[in-house]
Amino acid sequence: MKLFPFIISAATTVGLVTVLNSTLVLPAPLGKILNPQSGVWQNAESANENFNANLSFPNLKGNANVYFDERLVPHVFAENDEDIYFIQGYLHAKFRLFQMDLQTKAAEGRASEIAGSKAIQFDREQRRLGMRYAAENSLIEMEKEPKQKALFNAYTNGVNAYIEKLSPKNYPLEYKVLNIEPEKWTNIRTALLLKMMAKMLSSGTEADLEGTNAKNIFMPDELKAIYPQVNDSLVPMIPKGTVFEKPAIVPIKPANADSLYFNNQKLVAAKQAYKPNINNGSNNWVVGGSKTQSGSPILCNDPHLELSLPSIWYEMQLNTPTCNVYGATLPGSPFVIIGFNDSCAWGVTNAQRDVKDYYEIKFKDASKKEYWFNNQWQASKLRIEEIKVKGGVSVFDTIAYTIFGPVMFDASYNGMATNVSENRNLAIRWVAHDPSDEASTFYNLNRAKNYDDYLNAIKSFQCPGQNFIFASKTGDIALWQQAKFPARWTGQGLYIMPGQDSSFMWQGFIPQSENPHIKNPERGFIESANQRPVDSTYPYFIPGQYLIPRGRAIEHYLTTMNSITTKDMMELQNNYYNITAENIVPTLLKYVNENELGENEKKYLDYIKRWNFMANADSKGQTVYNVWWKNLQQFIWDDDLKKSKNNVAYPTSETTMELLIKDTALIFIDDINTPQKETIIQAVTTSFKTAATMLAKYEANGGLEWSKINKGSVYHLLKTNMPGFSRPNLTVGGNDDIINAIHDSHGPSWRMIVSLTQKTEAYGVYPGGQSGNPGSKYYDDYVNNWAEGKYFPLWMMNKAEATDKKVMATINFKKR
Amino acid sequence: MKFFTSILLTALLSFAACLYLPWWSIALVAFMVAALIPQKPGKAFLTAFIALFIFWFALCFFLSSANNNVLVHKLSILIIKMDNPYLLMTVTALIGALVAGFAGLSGSYLRRSK
Repeated sequence: MKLFPFIISAATTVGLVTVLNSTLVLPAPLGKILNPQSGVWQNAESANENFNANLSFPNLKGNANVYFDERLVPHVFAENDEDIYFIQGYLHAKFRLFQMDLQTKAAEGRASEIAGSKAIQFDREQRRLGMRYAAENSLIEMEKEPKQKALFNAYTNGVNAYIEKLSPKNYPLEYKVLNIEPEKWTNIRTALLLKMMAKMLSSGTEADLEGTNAKNIFMPDELKAIYPQVNDSLVPMIPKGTVFEKPAIVPIKPANADSLYFNNQKLVAAKQAYKPNINNGSNNWVVGGSKTQSGSPILCNDPHLELSLPSIWYEMQLNTPTCNVYGATLPGSPFVIIGFNDSCAWGVTNAQRDVKDYYEIKFKDASKKEYWFNNQWQASKLRIEEIKVKGGVSVFDTIAYTIFGPVMFDASYNGMATNVSENRNLAIRWVAHDPSDEASTFYNLNRAKNYDDYLNAIKSFQCPGQNFIFASKTGDIALWQQAKFPARWTGQGLYIMPGQDSSFMWQGFIPQSENPHIKNPERGFIESANQRPVDSTYPYFIPGQYLIPRGRAIEHYLTTMNSITTKDMMELQNNYYNITAENIVPTLLKYVNENELGENEKKYLDYIKRWNFMANADSKGQTVYNVWWKNLQQFIWDDDLKKSKNNVAYPTSETTMELLIKDTALIFIDDINTPQKETIIQAVTTSFKTAATMLAKYEANGGLEWSKINKGSVYHLLKTNMPGFSRPNLTVGGNDDIINAIHDSHGPSWRMIVSLTQKTEAYGVYPGGQSGNPGSKYYDDYVNNWAEGKYFPLWMMNKAEATDKKVMATINFKKR
Repeated sequence: MKFFTSILLTALLSFAACLYLPWWSIALVAFMVAALIPQKPGKAFLTAFIALFIFWFALCFFLSSANNNVLVHKLSILIIKMDNPYLLMTVTALIGALVAGFAGLSGSYLRRSK
């Protein structure tokens, strides 16, 4: 009788299959993903992968060809606009599907569907920020004009044409590892992607909550000194001395502003848990023909964003009878975002302007159904959000929409607040919620022939505020800071505002023509690097989270440079000059008491004494400066800021630098927690000794070279969930306040240089590769070049060059 | 002869089954082959084990080589927490081999219990 052994072995088999079909090791069954016929092994792309193909689709109107060069950059030639965006969608999906899917799901607050319960707070915050609401409003604008709608439809159809023919065996690796399926594309997902950019660039550029708490600690004149609107060291984009027009709108401060607003001492606990990195900044500059060797303008741009694999950017050339454009595209959106065509080039940096305000709402009761506004109870619109959770039950969140916007914080949600006693109902008024179609700006820029076309293209761009820089082959150079910016009375929107009537609402917007701009300045160059765009004579109150040092450093070089070549511009984009350090280090060295220092400490001091103020990868002076300066700022501010148990805005490094240089007896130097009064000598010396302890640790753990502390890294989109898929700890220098702004996993996400000579000469590089497949040799093949400051020539291909040896593969698209 | 026929048949049918069915269809294949081709239980286990071990290992090896081993390093760090391509191939092959082996054993016992 062999029944017993049969049962045992059959049970073992079933047991094995059950275990291997479970998600004990990874989110996906081990047996499923390791099956070499359909699992992750299938994503190992052949080193000799042949990308040639002949494809036909019923959606196409005509024929088209895609020529891949040896870097896998597609040069797309189509007979009409709709076809080109269909193919752009198809190629984005073919090479970057997971990224598009993940980013738009995250934008909408659906990350929990992928990551499970750990993403619930993220999703709640996205929904409370009204991300989907913003995208819905945007979609209405995008689809208003049938011609425009057809282009978005074409893009969507292109993405879906790729998804439809995708079998599970060919899913991108991440889908297999996470055990999820690709989701069909829709036009609203394109809108969501652009709103993701709006959040990244304009939802952290205000400090209303932190400012509200600061108001409780500091006196009004202290607030002005610690959080100045215009820093002394500011070098604005629009040169000082420029005369501005009389403002068309003069907003009126409410009569009760002092009592209800400026002198309101109420604290706030709420703290955004996923506030975007304030250093989502960028550099762009353009030098006119008078300053270049060729006599033609050179335009440069490097947007600083979170660096990831795959990169946020995908390089393309798009050619139709109406346009021939090359540059960085955003997978998830049609058009080229930063690039050049046969007539001109353009680039963007972030405006850093505050376009989001908080209003305190008084609800009638806990149901949030009614709120007090203009002397009566108004019905709020309740939006019930279902957050689906992978491997768990759905979470429901009720969000009240008021006349201002969604109530982001209330009794049920206060972000990552550590104390709940100061919970307040806060509605947000955010420009990103207003109906607008940012994508059409890029459609038109892609086709711009001259300055007027450029200006017409950017006029409709509302959010996030961007500094659009421009140069044309006819020799024009220009910059406009463009968005829909609220016209504020002085002080409006720095703190939480009363929301019980309309008196504190925005009274209008700054007319587009009054946005800061400059064209063909005599000095021959224009730059922007997230600083305040204008000096204090600009007639509007424009708060923001401005970043000053990079703009100063760029001006420092461009002012004196002449006969500029593209090579000079490459060097400038990779420059490591630390201008803040050069300003503050003399003060530090003057006041440090060397008699109190031990031998090892003196050695560290020596590094900084001999330092050339360059934040190179191998610089030890930069490391000493960085740690010392950080400790000194903490010595000065931490005791004061910790008077509040809530989140308080930290004064910027530049402001602290300016205050110390101006006044070495600054009252904040004193540590309020000690009975004696500390002087600058004590502050500088004590902070140096604290820094030296940390430096000794760094030295013991690998060395003091700046690259080892700065840790320039490019992580896979899923970060630590995908060890081995990232490129951590590159040998690079930089910092947020350095032109080459690499810091940790943040920095120049695309470096572009375009010389507008008769035949365009352009260069570019980004820290990634064209393929999103980690199993492709094109996954991260640009990273080393990027780290070394090297560039690739950007090839604006002619259709006649189809037989060029640079063409590695061809996909022919046909109407079926 | 039965020994080699079983190995070949199990490998071939596993390949065919996995084109359309989930990965664990290799268990059904190994079970059926062992139930149809009479072998001692030990040999039934062994033939199914060998069939899948060789087939899966070879396929991984082939795919990885064509890829210049770009992906397998990353995968091994992700899945077995160490940079060891051959160990990952072995682990993969073992998964197939063990499942098929026990299924083959069951098939053999079933035939004998009749």
